[in-house]
Amino acid sequence: MATAQPIVQYLDVNKVYRGGNVAVEHINLTIERGDFVCLIGTSGSGKTTTMRMINRMLEPTGGQILFNGEDIHKKDPVKLRRQIGYVIQNIGLMPHMTLYENITLVPKLLKWPEAKRRAKAESLIKMVELPVDYLDRYPAELSGGQQQRIGVIRALAADQDLILMDEPFGALDPITRESLQELVKSLQEKLGKTVVFVTHDMDEALKLATKIVVMDGGHIIQNATPAELLQHPANQFVRDLIGEERLIQARADVTTVGAIMLKNPAVITPGKSLPEAIALMRKRRVDTLLVVDDNGYLKGFIDVESLTHQYQKSTAVADIMQTKLFYVQETALLRDSVDRILKRGLKYVPVVDADNKLRGIVTRASLVDMVYDTIWGGDNDNGESGNPAPVDQEPAEGGGVNE
Amino acid sequence: MADMNTWQQFWYYMSENGAYVLSQFTRHFLISIYGVLIAAVVGIPIGLFIARNRKLSSTIIGIANVIQTIPSLAMLSIIMLGLGLGVNTVIVTVFLYSLLPIIKNTYTGMASVDPNVIDSAKGMGMTSFQRLYMVEIPLSLSVIMAGIRNALVVAIGITAIGAFVGAGGLGDIIVRGTNATNGGAIILAGALPTALMAIIADLVLGAVQRRLEPKKARS
Repeated sequence: MATAQPIVQYLDVNKVYRGGNVAVEHINLTIERGDFVCLIGTSGSGKTTTMRMINRMLEPTGGQILFNGEDIHKKDPVKLRRQIGYVIQNIGLMPHMTLYENITLVPKLLKWPEAKRRAKAESLIKMVELPVDYLDRYPAELSGGQQQRIGVIRALAADQDLILMDEPFGALDPITRESLQELVKSLQEKLGKTVVFVTHDMDEALKLATKIVVMDGGHIIQNATPAELLQHPANQFVRDLIGEERLIQARADVTTVGAIMLKNPAVITPGKSLPEAIALMRKRRVDTLLVVDDNGYLKGFIDVESLTHQYQKSTAVADIMQTKLFYVQETALLRDSVDRILKRGLKYVPVVDADNKLRGIVTRASLVDMVYDTIWGGDNDNGESGNPAPVDQEPAEGGGVNE
Repeated sequence: MADMNTWQQFWYYMSENGAYVLSQFTRHFLISIYGVLIAAVVGIPIGLFIARNRKLSSTIIGIANVIQTIPSLAMLSIIMLGLGLGVNTVIVTVFLYSLLPIIKNTYTGMASVDPNVIDSAKGMGMTSFQRLYMVEIPLSLSVIMAGIRNALVVAIGITAIGAFVGAGGLGDIIVRGTNATNGGAIILAGALPTALMAIIADLVLGAVQRRLEPKKARS
């Protein structure tokens, strides 16, 4: 169990400010090693308070916080803080120290020898793609984005396992912010650090986090992975925080083909005769039939053109069946499949399961339904087979999804 | 003597009594410096203390303000009642007048350190004392220095009045000139060096203050 011990654990933590202002209440949260946890919420939700209690910048008024299994209340706050990286929104570099002195401040406090500090500073500054001779410069000579890069590596300089970040990129312009987000994410993954990241920006949280903790009014509302959060927002507050737009976008991101396919495509078995095939086409008002064997495995298709050309020579469906056929897995993401359908100019795509058994079909018409839902927000009632014609031409071409 | 104009008389006085003027100049300077240095030794810690205990700041600065409002001649006389005539009375007066600019500037300097810098210093694991001498004092040093500079210029002026309580210094020459008939040149012999001392002190400490300023971008 020792290795699987969570790096931080909140056990029923409360924080009440003097004057009775309740900042957070009954916080129970476990942060696993290597996680990138985003605390997100509106102002006053207690997210910063929650974070700042980890390195005892704020003291909880009730409950316990464990760091590596030890109660932080029993540890010397100065020693504790030297083990935890700390990055704040306003950067907070020491203006009277060079970048080298800034980066190696905590190692210096920990009395590392000079050579080790120099080597560490040089390797870190290379990691954020700044020239090594910048080490002798002062913070005021750098742009805001460069300063925050230094702020980030300063938090890594003493090999801290846990990094706390309090809206570190809030004050930066969008382009700089994005490049720093990528930097932090890649550093975190490469070095295996645990990050607790406070933000109010849902895009940022969705992009960076492995776990998102949504807070409101001092309580944790939901603690989930980004995908879970998008698929199952706990309540209206979370939905609002994510925003309808993202939820809809996310639907394409997480919806599988299986969720929107039509489940009763027009099918025929290879042994059937051609007149039977034509009769079926007429009945279903389609120009193509999928061919499946008796066990439901997808074999190919026949369309009305080959039927008319070969009507005289052939007798069975198997003779004119075309086996070159594009299909998708039921579990494939809709987002990817839509792309293919549109690019290849396909009118329909059969959907199969892992064993290549036919499960359903996605037509241009069902895509139109998707688009309609997205724009007008209708209920997602695909799969109910109100539409009898899986390969129906008219609605598909009228839908305007061509090219 | 009578056929010389005031400037000629002044230069004549200076050439005859140069050594005397110089010794009074030194004495004047030392009285001012002692008063200011003692005020710095007392005032800077008080300033640091009230910067950490903000509640006390208004009381302490209020007291220093009251001291400042007492006219310097009255202050000298009051202190003379306790300490008698002589140089100590002047040094104590200079000390009391220097307290306010030094305490106030130390406090202002400390208070103007970017709270984000303090927050990150604390969050990185600096002890309270390390924050003080590695961050707060270096960052407020130029403001503290400005207070000392201010105090010293005022002190040079107060020391000139110190001649009335028998402390010596350039004020002595001025008083001598006011007592003599046609003593304009003698007054100048006392007043000009006093002014010169104040200007030089201001310039030198100004240069020191700029050197202590936190490094800025040099493009």
